[in-house]
Amino acid sequence: MNKTTLHSWHTASGARMGAFAGYDMPLFYALGALKEHEHVRMNGMAGAFDISHMGQVRLRGPGIPQFLEQITPSYFQTQKIGAAKYSVLLTSHNTIVDDLIVTKFGDEDYFVVINAGTKDKDIEFFNAHLPSSIVMDRIDHDLIALQGSGAASIIEQILDQSLDDLHFMQARKVGDMIISRLGYTGEDGFEISLPTARTQSFWEDLMAHDAVKPIGLAARDTLRLEMGYSLYGHDIDEAHTPLEADLGFVCSPKNARAAAIPQPQQKRVGIKLNDKGIAREGAEIYDGATLIGILSSGGYSPVLKMGIGMGYVPLTTLASSDISIKVRDNFIPASIVPLPFIPARVRRPLK
Amino acid sequence: MTQQLKFSKDHEWIYLENDDTAVLGITEYAQHALGDLVYVELPKMGASYKKGAHCAVVESVKTAAEVYTPVTGDVVAVNENLSADPEVLKQPIESGWICKIKMTNKDEISSLMNEAEYKDYLKTLG
Repeated sequence: MNKTTLHSWHTASGARMGAFAGYDMPLFYALGALKEHEHVRMNGMAGAFDISHMGQVRLRGPGIPQFLEQITPSYFQTQKIGAAKYSVLLTSHNTIVDDLIVTKFGDEDYFVVINAGTKDKDIEFFNAHLPSSIVMDRIDHDLIALQGSGAASIIEQILDQSLDDLHFMQARKVGDMIISRLGYTGEDGFEISLPTARTQSFWEDLMAHDAVKPIGLAARDTLRLEMGYSLYGHDIDEAHTPLEADLGFVCSPKNARAAAIPQPQQKRVGIKLNDKGIAREGAEIYDGATLIGILSSGGYSPVLKMGIGMGYVPLTTLASSDISIKVRDNFIPASIVPLPFIPARVRRPLK
Repeated sequence: MTQQLKFSKDHEWIYLENDDTAVLGITEYAQHALGDLVYVELPKMGASYKKGAHCAVVESVKTAAEVYTPVTGDVVAVNENLSADPEVLKQPIESGWICKIKMTNKDEISSLMNEAEYKDYLKTLG
């Protein structure tokens, strides 16, 4: 089992640990997953996540946008320096190898963050497609997220610089760190890529703030579920295209790969339970008496205080008023709803 | 009260009320393993269960745990307070119970562990 730099901090703090993508990771700390979730959503507060299990890659050389356009459905030629783009890697049948964030730091200098569980697969995938002009290096950095409406002032204090001109999906280098204003919670916040030698002291600087609590993977999962964000291997995978996954926003008409993706017959949707209960991944979705899909994620929303989930259903059933989810022997009435379940509070630039 | 508690290997506890009714809950060990509770699926009043049958489900943020009745009988009471607040389950046994089962075979009690035996059993789980 792999361990992150902060592993001993987690265990010493009494975190409940569990296996995730080959790493022994904190599921929740003494506060408990529910209060951790609520803390991240609370005004003025911030939650710190050790997400060092995720993969970080640097691409260098000429022709990176064109290369990325061959393996994703997105358009990279107008990407600005300091801009972070969310996209997906495509299989030869237009399904999803992984989702990733690509940040441009220079015409020949890109920073890519990939999922923990798909690191090796993604590297192999890149290598199989990489032209000789581009060099790919794995970056042996840790990754810490600070998420919540209080995150900005705390990071500004620690870095001793203003981040006022950094907006959602923008990044900047600060010394040997990369500060990206994005995350997986729907709150304003940052992901900080930093050398492993700095991780412990950076984390302790965060913990020194009264407004900061450490947050485990359990709350990370409920936070992203409320936002309708996909978890690779669950909500998106090599069985679904980005259009089926309702990720049309990553598909650019200027990319031929996007144009080749067939119009979907099914779509990833939000599911809200209309009665008490929790429906988990794998639960069957019914329209009347007809089985129409399976939940790809499901759980409890601490904000809505109800069971929510996501799953793929045929387009023909989107307007159905007779949806239910089978949980053990019970059919719980449910609704297909737009995502996200609650509005995002990320920091977009004023127009 | 605690010395009358009996325990199952699945981490349920029961105690007897009115000689033939088992009050059922889950142990601190099980509660701790689950973490924050978000929902308890209660058995239906009047339902009959055989010993070892799954009669309730305790849902935490991360997982769902089935509760098995250690005794055979009919459900004569369910703790409706759990519907409003599942965390009530973690309160002392007087309020932190799931259901009450009127037993049809009181001999089944003898196969359950007393508190000392249960503590020894927990040690074997590491």
